[in-house]
Amino acid sequence: MSDEQQPALETHDLTVAYHKRPALYGIDVAVPAGSLVGIVGPNGAGKSTFIKAVMGVVPSSGGWVKVFGKPLRENLHRVGYVPQRESVDWDFPVTVMDVALMGTYGGLGLFRRPGKAEKKRASEALEKVGMLPYSNRQIGNLSGGQQQRVFLARALAQDSDLYLMDEPFAGVDAATEAAIVTLLREMRERGKTVLVVHHDLQSAGEYFDRLLLLNMRLVAFGEVKDVYTRELLQKTYGGRLTILSEVADRAAKL
Amino acid sequence: MNMIEYITLPWDVLGIGALWLILMAFFVALPCSQMGSFLILRRMALTGDAISHSVFPGVVIAFYITGDLSSPWLIVGAGLAGLASTVIIELIHKWTRVKQDAATGISFTALFALGVLLMELLLGKNVDLDLECVLHGRLGLLLEDDRLALFGLMVPAPVLVMAGVALVTMVLLFFFCRVMMLSSFDADLAASFGYRPAVIHYGMMFVVSFIVVAAFQAVGAILVIALLILPGAAAYLCSYRLKVMLLIAALHALLSAVGGLYLHVWFNSNMAASVVVSGGVLFVLAWLLGPVDGVLWKWFKEEVPTPEESSDQVGNRLS
Ligand SMILES: Nc1ncnc2c1ncn2[C@@H]1O[C@H](COP(=O)(O)OP(=O)(O)O)[C@@H](O)[C@H]1O
Ligand SMILES: [Mg+2]
Repeated sequence: MSDEQQPALETHDLTVAYHKRPALYGIDVAVPAGSLVGIVGPNGAGKSTFIKAVMGVVPSSGGWVKVFGKPLRENLHRVGYVPQRESVDWDFPVTVMDVALMGTYGGLGLFRRPGKAEKKRASEALEKVGMLPYSNRQIGNLSGGQQQRVFLARALAQDSDLYLMDEPFAGVDAATEAAIVTLLREMRERGKTVLVVHHDLQSAGEYFDRLLLLNMRLVAFGEVKDVYTRELLQKTYGGRLTILSEVADRAAKL
Repeated sequence: MNMIEYITLPWDVLGIGALWLILMAFFVALPCSQMGSFLILRRMALTGDAISHSVFPGVVIAFYITGDLSSPWLIVGAGLAGLASTVIIELIHKWTRVKQDAATGISFTALFALGVLLMELLLGKNVDLDLECVLHGRLGLLLEDDRLALFGLMVPAPVLVMAGVALVTMVLLFFFCRVMMLSSFDADLAASFGYRPAVIHYGMMFVVSFIVVAAFQAVGAILVIALLILPGAAAYLCSYRLKVMLLIAALHALLSAVGGLYLHVWFNSNMAASVVVSGGVLFVLAWLLGPVDGVLWKWFKEEVPTPEESSDQVGNRLS
């Protein structure tokens, strides 16, 4: 089977518990290659946990993950991970270029040092997100939006085929949000598969091809037109539909 | 005395002994400064504290078994005890709701107290495992130690041992700097690359234990903490780049050693404490004059640079 027919990401019965308290139950999805997927759900729904479990960052207590038809370990180099921006210390003594270069570490093994090719990849990635002029800045001296761009550049430098991004739109300015959307679409055009945790339901319907609705269990996964519906969103967000009523109305009109 | 005499005093009094003291202090402070920098970046400064205190019961047990204060088993026992304290910290903080800082406090105080108890129980009250030395070090006694011939020089044995420890640390750092940097900055990304965060964590803790154990004979269990934290903290205030920070930390270690010797000779003070005091003075200097956020420069400049500039233009270029 070629890559085109293989799902980019397939999970079966993926289950995660923290201290024996389950955070994610039996997730079954098969994400077709080349799609742009929004992962949507309320706070604490396990969105970050899902991504971390796929990446093997947190151990899963059951189920399996396949990436392009193989266990994650064998295809680790084809997956890029963008953690939540708050998960790192932005006072850390590294520059923008250092962070972009980290994207190339995965292919270097433990001891090889980044060389010319890696630096070129990092520069190109920074250029793409408009952060090349800031290469030598310490990362703490950047705005939230700029920090997020640096994280994206690091992911681009990984040169993966499947990307998992945790809330790349959180705390960014409008310009950066637009830039990221453009970048995501461009990645899709180049055949990349991108899963993005997104907290804003309003825009989720516009930005993505497919949505993965999550609330500890998988509520629904499918094309936006099929799953961006009142019932499913209500099911995902439970009783808290007052906040959602506007969105739900829009969904009903779709 | 005039200026020159103050400066040459150590050499007049101690001769080549002054060099041995400086080298010894430097070889202790250098590996401490490098690993300590990483401890600071990982917000684990107190872990160095924990290791240095918990080393004590390990030393007592090893001494009880071997009966020899210079036995290499003392280092092994101490290293294991140091590692045990980090394991206890992890266990408490992973399996209970007690947070890391409290777990660290529990681990090292309990182990240190256990060491005191064991010393009284196993060794009785009149043995020559001198608590004073354990706490405050015996750097000042260096010149009375056995000497080994090296290139025609009679080098005090502890200097050679510590030089070896410093060398091993620097070699490890050379190979693993990138791995330690990534896993300290972004453990999740490191894990997604297939690095094992637990292996890296315990590996680093083992190296810290090893250094602390080797160093604490020289400077004692309390002052070694200062040598772990001061250079890295001072360097952190002086640079935005990890490599430069490590370099400055090493320089801090060297200057502390030299400064310590002078204080020691001028005031006839405890050598180890003198090294730490000069390290403290250097930290204050870094705080005031540090090139990136020294208080003085900020005071002169006043105006704050805006990071937000041109973020809109950048956005437009993309869309
Ligand atoms: N490291 C952790 N230890 C214990 N519980 C956790 C941990 N990370 C997340 N959780 C819990 O798991 C649940 C899901 O969290 P998360 O995946 O971060 O949700 P989301 O990203 O959708 O907001 C929450 O109840 C959270 O409290
Ligand atoms: Mg989250």
